[in-house]
Amino acid sequence: MRTTLSILVDPLKYLVSLPTSLVEQATDSATSYSALKAENEHLREDQLIHQARLLKFAALEKENIRLRALLENSFKLGEQVLVAELLSVNMAPYEHILVVNKGTRFGVHPQQPVLDANGVVGQVFRALPFTSEIMLITDPNHAIPVQVNRNGLLTIAVGSGQLNRLILPFLPSNADIKPGDLLITSGLGGTFPQGYPVAVVDEFTAQPNKAFATITATPKALLDRNRELMIVWSKSVPVPLISKPTGSEEGMPDATK
Amino acid sequence: MPLNNYIGFFRILFTLVLAMCLRIAPLEGDWALLNPDWVLLALIYWALNLPDRVGIFHAWIFGLLTDVLLGRLLGQYALAYALIIYICLKLHKRLRQFPFLQQGLFIFFCLLLSQLLLFFIKNLQHPAQLQASFWLPVITGTLAWPLVYGLLSFVSLFRRIK
Repeated sequence: MRTTLSILVDPLKYLVSLPTSLVEQATDSATSYSALKAENEHLREDQLIHQARLLKFAALEKENIRLRALLENSFKLGEQVLVAELLSVNMAPYEHILVVNKGTRFGVHPQQPVLDANGVVGQVFRALPFTSEIMLITDPNHAIPVQVNRNGLLTIAVGSGQLNRLILPFLPSNADIKPGDLLITSGLGGTFPQGYPVAVVDEFTAQPNKAFATITATPKALLDRNRELMIVWSKSVPVPLISKPTGSEEGMPDATK
Repeated sequence: MPLNNYIGFFRILFTLVLAMCLRIAPLEGDWALLNPDWVLLALIYWALNLPDRVGIFHAWIFGLLTDVLLGRLLGQYALAYALIIYICLKLHKRLRQFPFLQQGLFIFFCLLLSQLLLFFIKNLQHPAQLQASFWLPVITGTLAWPLVYGLLSFVSLFRRIK
């Protein structure tokens, strides 16, 4: 029912976000040659750095595979991403829900994790044929299982309703966590793949008279400044890693596409 | 007459679609909290002025479309709009005689009732998560009523819809 009606209504979302995207295109095409050149150079440098890092990453991944093979813990989950663009529409101001321009036509389905270049953004909340709705991790109804990167402490980060704030309500006052700690997805719960950065802890207040401490964290992803998001498919079927112990090119799981 | 009827129909449809576009207009930050329920305002206008053209059924259909548009629970806006339009249709003869200020007061209560219904439904889903700003669109909607009234009476008088 909702899917059918959304075919009638979704064009309006595209229509409403048209002025914003037109303005953006206009500013893009009006950028001067020198600015473009500078940006290009900057991006090329970035690309070089990232490529160098990727080389290292490939080596590390191989090593990881070998070590895992030794432990006979023999699989890793591969992932695939789709870039979706934000539609500038405003559905419910008191909820943190975004609309993007990719829907079930592209195979998007509910509960898929959504990332940006810096970290986890949220998850697909509802997939319609032409658009899908994404609930941000800061929505008051959202909770994400996380892990402290420093020591592996597991907990849950709950949205606060503010775009720059997550709350960790379930840690005792003597928990080993301090401001500056990076929180990554723990992979528990099965929605979010393991190991993506979520937030940085910015405040820890022990409350002696209460069971739990008040801990807040700032999301890594630029939740309000992004126009491009990545929708992730985690392959639920494990990719066997020790099929080729010699470690040729196919031995590498295709991490991204 | 049938041709005129069609033109009138498309004109009403166009204003309602425009209202739906305004409903999801991308406003910056806190301005989004003030965005009034344009669809309901347009529906009230048409129900008061052309009660034989716009009825509860239309209100229900547009409510359903608004639900899909805003990603709400399917049927909550349909219910609210149908109820408000029912009241408007019941009272339209009296309301058209009212002075403008009194009409504004009526619109205020209509918007308040609709928001109250949405509040109850929302509270059934996730209790106690709404801030006070949830009620702001009622006030801005009342303030926007003269604008809607002026604009839509221009649309309907431009070539008179019967």
